Amino acid sequence: MTSTKKDPVIVVLQLTGGNDYFNTLIPYNDPLYYDNRPFVKYEQEDIIKINDTYGLMPQMGGIKELYDQGNVAIVNGVGYKDSPRSHFRSMDIWHTCEPDKVGTEGWVGRVAREMDPNKENVLTAINFGHGLPRALAVPGVPVAAIADLSTYGLLTGISDNSQRAKALDLFSRMYSPTVGGSFVTDYLRSTGIDAMVGADIVKVAPEKYSSTVEYPNSPIAMHLRDIAQVYFADLGTRIFYTQHASFDTHAGEMAGHPVLWKDVSEGVSAFFQDLKEHDAGDNVIMYLFSEFGRRVHDNGSGTDHGAAGATFFIGNQVKGGLYGEYPSAKSEDLEQGDLVPNWDFRSDYTSIVEDWLGMDANPIVNGSFEKMAILK
Amino acid sequence: MSHKDDLALMSHLMRRAGFGASRDELERRVAQGYESAVEELLDPPEELESGKMALMLRYHPSFLLPGGNPLSGQANWMYQMISTEKPLEEKIALFWHQVFATGNAKLDNCDQMLEQIKMFRQLGLGSYKDMLVEISKNPAMIFWLDNNENHREAVNENWGRELLELFSMGVSNYTEVDVREASRAFTGWTIRAKLPRQPYGRYPWHFEYREEDHDDGEKTFLGESGNLNGEDIIDIVVQQPATARFICRHLYNFFVADEPQVPSWTIEPARDEEALDAMMTTFEENNYEIKPLLRMMFNSDFFKNARFSKIKSPAEVVAGTLKMVEEFQFPEPGILKIGAEPSYMGQAILDPPSVEGWHTGTEWINSGSLLARVNFVADRVANIELPGVQKILHLIKEEGAKTPEQIVDAAAEHMGFVELGQETRDQLIENAKSDGDLDWSNEAAAGQRIGEIMALIGATTEYQFG
Repeated sequence: MTSTKKDPVIVVLQLTGGNDYFNTLIPYNDPLYYDNRPFVKYEQEDIIKINDTYGLMPQMGGIKELYDQGNVAIVNGVGYKDSPRSHFRSMDIWHTCEPDKVGTEGWVGRVAREMDPNKENVLTAINFGHGLPRALAVPGVPVAAIADLSTYGLLTGISDNSQRAKALDLFSRMYSPTVGGSFVTDYLRSTGIDAMVGADIVKVAPEKYSSTVEYPNSPIAMHLRDIAQVYFADLGTRIFYTQHASFDTHAGEMAGHPVLWKDVSEGVSAFFQDLKEHDAGDNVIMYLFSEFGRRVHDNGSGTDHGAAGATFFIGNQVKGGLYGEYPSAKSEDLEQGDLVPNWDFRSDYTSIVEDWLGMDANPIVNGSFEKMAILK
Repeated sequence: MSHKDDLALMSHLMRRAGFGASRDELERRVAQGYESAVEELLDPPEELESGKMALMLRYHPSFLLPGGNPLSGQANWMYQMISTEKPLEEKIALFWHQVFATGNAKLDNCDQMLEQIKMFRQLGLGSYKDMLVEISKNPAMIFWLDNNENHREAVNENWGRELLELFSMGVSNYTEVDVREASRAFTGWTIRAKLPRQPYGRYPWHFEYREEDHDDGEKTFLGESGNLNGEDIIDIVVQQPATARFICRHLYNFFVADEPQVPSWTIEPARDEEALDAMMTTFEENNYEIKPLLRMMFNSDFFKNARFSKIKSPAEVVAGTLKMVEEFQFPEPGILKIGAEPSYMGQAILDPPSVEGWHTGTEWINSGSLLARVNFVADRVANIELPGVQKILHLIKEEGAKTPEQIVDAAAEHMGFVELGQETRDQLIENAKSDGDLDWSNEAAAGQRIGEIMALIGATTEYQFG
C-alpha cells in the first residue's frame, strides 16, 4: 500500500439476488458454456474479451475500461463449502462470517467498531439504502442509513423551512442531557443527539459537492453519487455500503441481467471518474460481491440458485487482473449442477481488512484465512 | 377515578394487549368496565374478524402465499395487526414469534413462516404444553433448528438444546447430558421430503414422524428414565419451576415492563420478583394455561401501574401509529411497503436475527432506528388528510382547545395519553406559544398546527415508551 495521508476507505456494493457468474466472466471459448446455455447466453461476438479465454458480459464496458487501466481485480470461484442455495441464509453467511450457525453481528459492523471504539463519529459507517443490512448490524455500533441523501434528516416531513428549524431546535433541547435522568432516558437522549448531529453533518455534503461527472439515472448510480458526495465532504466516513437488486434471474434472464449490469457498470464508471476529477481515488477501493452464483445449466429462460461466484476489487490501489481459478464446468466436477467454490469469501475480507484497512482480520472474519496479494 | 383516568388506563391496556385504540373504542371499552374489557380481549366474540383477510385475498392474493418474497409476507402480517378485531390474538402471536424466534433468512419460505404465525394465533392463549408439542412439529421450526437432520444414528442437538435453553427452562437448569437425551427423544421428528421448487414454486411442508429413524432406546432426562419420546420430554420440561419462571418472565418483559436481555436472566434478578412470583403461581395452578395467567396479569396492580415502562418495539410503533392515523384501513396500493417499516427500525418481522429473537428495551434504539421511528410517526400524525388524524382534530376542536397548554395537552392525550415529563411539556408549550392561541376560524391552518405539535410529541423521548 502506498502511503496516503488520509485513512483508507471501503465501498461495498452488494449484488443482491445471486449474480450469474457464468454469464458475467464468461469462458467464451469453452464449448461447455454453449452446451449448458442453450437459451441463457451471450453471443460470442458481443462478449468483451479480456484475454483468450475469458470475457465480460456485453454491458460491462465501464468496468472493462477500469480493468484496462489495471484497476480491477476479479476473483474467481468465491464462496464457501456446502452452499445452502438460499438467498437469505447465504446472504447471512456472507454478512456475518458464520456458515455453521446463525450469527448476529455483521463483519462490516465489527470493522466500524474497531475503527471507532468510542463512537466519536456517528458517520463512521453509512448504508445507502433503507435500514441496515446485517453486514452492518452490531449492537451498540451507530450506523446511519441514508435512503436518499437529498432528503435525509430528522423531521423531514415538515416542509416549511422555518417551522422545521424551530422543530429541530426544540428537538435538540428536548434531547439535551439532564442531571438525574434515568439510564434509559439518558441513553435515548444521547442517541437522539447522535442522530440529529449525524443528519446535520451529512447535509453539508450535497451543498459542498460540485462535479462535471453525470451519473446515469439508476438507483445504484444515485447511491454511488450520494457516496461520492459524502466522501468528498470529508466527514470521516470510512465505510460506505450499498446494494443493487435483484440479480435473482430465474426467468427472463436475457432481458434482466444486461440491464442490471448496465446500471452497475455505468454507475461504477461514473463514480470512479468522479473520484478522479476530485483527485480522491487513491484512498478508496470498492468491493463487489453477490451471495452466490447460479446453476451452470439454464432452465430455458433463466438460471436457478448456484454456488461459486466472482468478486471484484476496484480502485487505483488494486492490482488489476484475474485471480484464482475458474471452477471447472465439466459435469463430473459440478456439485448439484453448480460450479464449486474454491476460494473462501472470508479470504477476500481478510485482504480488505488487513491489506487495506490495516487491521487484524481474525476477530472480524472469525478465523484465519489465506489471502492473495490483490492490493498494492 | 375520573373518566379521563379510566380512558388513560384503558389506553394502556389496549397498547399492551393490542396495538392501541381510537377514542371511540376506548370509550366503548371503558363503558364496558375494565375487567370485562379484559375478558373480551381474552375471549373475543366469535363474530369478530381476525383481520380483513378477505379484502387481502381479493386485492393482494400473493400476500397469502408470499413464497420467496418476504416483503409480501411481512405486509400480510402488518395488515393483520392493524385490521384485526381480536388484537390480543395478534399480540400474543408477536409474543411467541419473539420467544420461538424462527427466521425466513434460513427458511426462504415465507408461506411456512405465516403458517407458524397462524399457529401462534390459534394456540397462543391456550396451553403452553400444547404449544410446545405443536412447535416441535412445526415444519418451519424443524427446518430452522435442523431437527430434520436429527437422526437415530446421528443426533443433531440444535433443536434439543434450544428447546431447553430458549423455549422453556433457560440456561444452567440442565446438563449437557440432558440436551443429548432430549435430542435423542426427538429423533425421527422431521418434515416430509420436500418437493423441488422448480418449476412450479414452493410446496407446503408437512410434519412427519419416522418411526424407523427414532431412537427408542432408554433415556434419562432431568432424572426421569424410560423409553422417552418427544412428548415425554415436553411433559417433564413443562413441570420444571425454571420453566414457569422463564415463560412468566418473558411475558412480563413483553406485556408489563422491560427486563434485561434474556442471557442475563440467570444473573440479574427480575424487575419485580413479587409480580413474577404471583404470575408463576397462577401459571402452575392453572395447568400451564396462558389465558388465566394473562387474566391475572392484566387485572393486577403491577400491570396497571406499569404505564410507559417499556420501549415500544418497532412492530408496535408501526402498527400503533397506522392504527391511530387509520392509514391502510383498506389494502390500497402502497401497502406492500408497510411490512418493511419495522425492519428500518431494527425489527424485520418474520426474520429475527437469530433463534434468540430480538434484544428489546433500550436495544431497540440506535441513531438510525430512532431517526426512522421519529420520522415515521411524524410524517403520519402531521398528515391531516388521514382519517384518524381528522378524527383527532375534530375531537380537539370539540373540546375547545385554544391555548398552547391546552393544545399540547390535548395532542398528547389523543396520541395515547402520553405522559410528558414536566420539562418536555414546558418546552413544547414554549414552542407553541410563539404562534399564539389557536384560531379555529381557519380550520385548515389550525389542523396543520396541531399536526405539527403531534409530530413533535411523536419525536419526544417519552413517546418511545408504550
